[in-house]
Amino acid sequence: MSEVVLRVEDLRTSFFTRVGEFKAVDGVSFYVKEGETFGLVGESACGKSVTALSLLRLLPEPAGKIVGGKITLDGIDLMTLDKKEMREIRGKKISMILQDPMTSLNPVYTVGDQIGEAVRLHQQLHDNMVEDEVISALRLLRIPAPEQRVHDYPFQMSGGMRQRVVGSIAMSCRPRLLIADEPTTALDATIQAQYIALFKDIQKQTGVAIIFITHDFGVVANICHRVAVMYAGSIVETAPTSIIFKAPIHPYTSALIHSVPHLDRRDDRLYSIEGQPPSLLNLPPGCRFAPRCPEVMDICHKEQPPTVEISDGHSVSCWRVK
Amino acid sequence: MLEKDSDSETAAKPVISGLSLQARVLRKLTFIIPVIILSLIILMAIFADLAWLGLPDVRLAPFDPEKISMRDRLMPPFWAEEGSTDHLLGTDKMGRDILSRLIFGARISLSVSLLVILITSFIGTVLGILGGYLGGRTEAFLMRITDISLAFPPILVAMLLAVSMGPSFTTVVLAISLLGWAPYARLIRGETLRLREIDFVAQARIIGASPFRIMLKHIFPNIINPLIIVMTLQIGLLIITEASLSFLGVGIPPPAPSWGNMVNDGRNLVDTAWWISTFPGIAIALVVLSGNFLGDWLRDKLDPRLRQL
Repeated sequence: MSEVVLRVEDLRTSFFTRVGEFKAVDGVSFYVKEGETFGLVGESACGKSVTALSLLRLLPEPAGKIVGGKITLDGIDLMTLDKKEMREIRGKKISMILQDPMTSLNPVYTVGDQIGEAVRLHQQLHDNMVEDEVISALRLLRIPAPEQRVHDYPFQMSGGMRQRVVGSIAMSCRPRLLIADEPTTALDATIQAQYIALFKDIQKQTGVAIIFITHDFGVVANICHRVAVMYAGSIVETAPTSIIFKAPIHPYTSALIHSVPHLDRRDDRLYSIEGQPPSLLNLPPGCRFAPRCPEVMDICHKEQPPTVEISDGHSVSCWRVK
Repeated sequence: MLEKDSDSETAAKPVISGLSLQARVLRKLTFIIPVIILSLIILMAIFADLAWLGLPDVRLAPFDPEKISMRDRLMPPFWAEEGSTDHLLGTDKMGRDILSRLIFGARISLSVSLLVILITSFIGTVLGILGGYLGGRTEAFLMRITDISLAFPPILVAMLLAVSMGPSFTTVVLAISLLGWAPYARLIRGETLRLREIDFVAQARIIGASPFRIMLKHIFPNIINPLIIVMTLQIGLLIITEASLSFLGVGIPPPAPSWGNMVNDGRNLVDTAWWISTFPGIAIALVVLSGNFLGDWLRDKLDPRLRQL
């Protein structure tokens, strides 16, 4: 078996504002193995991105704080590192791709400069060696004619090409873990499919572990080996991708999968889950999904359900499972 | 159908270019004329004499600006009845040649403005980026200092400084710079706040760039455009501030000519010897207008977002 690259245990991240403490991530645990893609799925504001930023320890200061838990990368406890040590981890060991390729590149530098910056920050290399690294990073993302493209500015490129450049920056130091925060959301469907196929290849070549954050189950089915479904700051169900689609256990997971529109089913109305997610400021004492759950029981409103592993790699937090 | 299409295309052409030919020429002129005026004045200042090249006798100015000649006092410009072509723009009450003083005065007035612009934009940019990027207490502290600076009337503070240090070139530059950085700090902080939230800054953090590096390499190059615009717009303001200080007698000390103290020299004689104050006044107006036009043009060209400035 391949080894575990990242292990997150009981991560809790809060935002402290004038109104009070927002528990954006509340007790999240998961792990990612070498060469594996782990999906983090959920609706907007469920804590997916905050989880990602917590891993890099790049929460917006001073409001955001990791209040508890443990993050271990290749046996190193990231919570114990100081600022400088953490900067050495970023880009070298953990990297991240952001959602919008139109804004994630600096308009005043060439593509080569920006990839080169990442290379230079982590490796002491001579200038022409840096250039080689930059071109090999562009080649890894299959950017055509990399020798010419290095001198291009971001505005000379299309959205799909820019997102590949962002990918090149992220992969330039061959990180152990890549966090992709909805990298395909801003791309159109054909480019999206290409991009995902590309990452599958890159993963095969480099063995990088990927955390793929998305709200799109189509993307999940395509790239993820295992998936965790998040709701209101915690993970409700973790399972291998095939099981999530075939036999979802948690009512929220099945509702989510059910709300994906199908081409072969003509419904007059799209399915949606009644109600709104709870305010992260005052979470209900019991299960967070209880107010919207179609199969709610008395106990759901009183106590939080424990996380139970029902089969190998499939765990659920729901009172209906015991 | 086809013809109709081509018809509408030709009709649409002037609309695509946005402005009529006349308007475009006019717009170009608001750039060309100020550039010509400013270049001429700068050349004039540089070549007023060539003492800085070790050639004190070669000079553009016809006379020594500080040479007193009581015989020639209060001569009008050459086109007036008693005027002479020796002193094209006349002489002042001590017989000094106005044209020569104007040419040498450009040197002082412009170098004060340029020095002040460099000093204030540097301080303002550093404080603005620090405040905007670091946020929190640093920002609160720096921005309160900025607010306090903006609350003082600059002329009064400059006068206070000039009186306590004694008037000199250095005093004038220091006095104007002391408060002059605040508008830069404000603008740059605003721009930094906007840029800080754009993903490329997050991306830089993700690859492990330090805060210092992000401020210098990622934020700063993106604020150069608005910075240049404000620097240009400041030329006019600074010429006027320097002139005001010199006019009030706390600026460049006589006998050295600055446009401000030249206007002051002629103050009591405006009704009899109007030329003493008028020519430096015109020079001030020309530079200020040129600076403002050029700044406006640059702003439209480089950064349409700054229309409100």
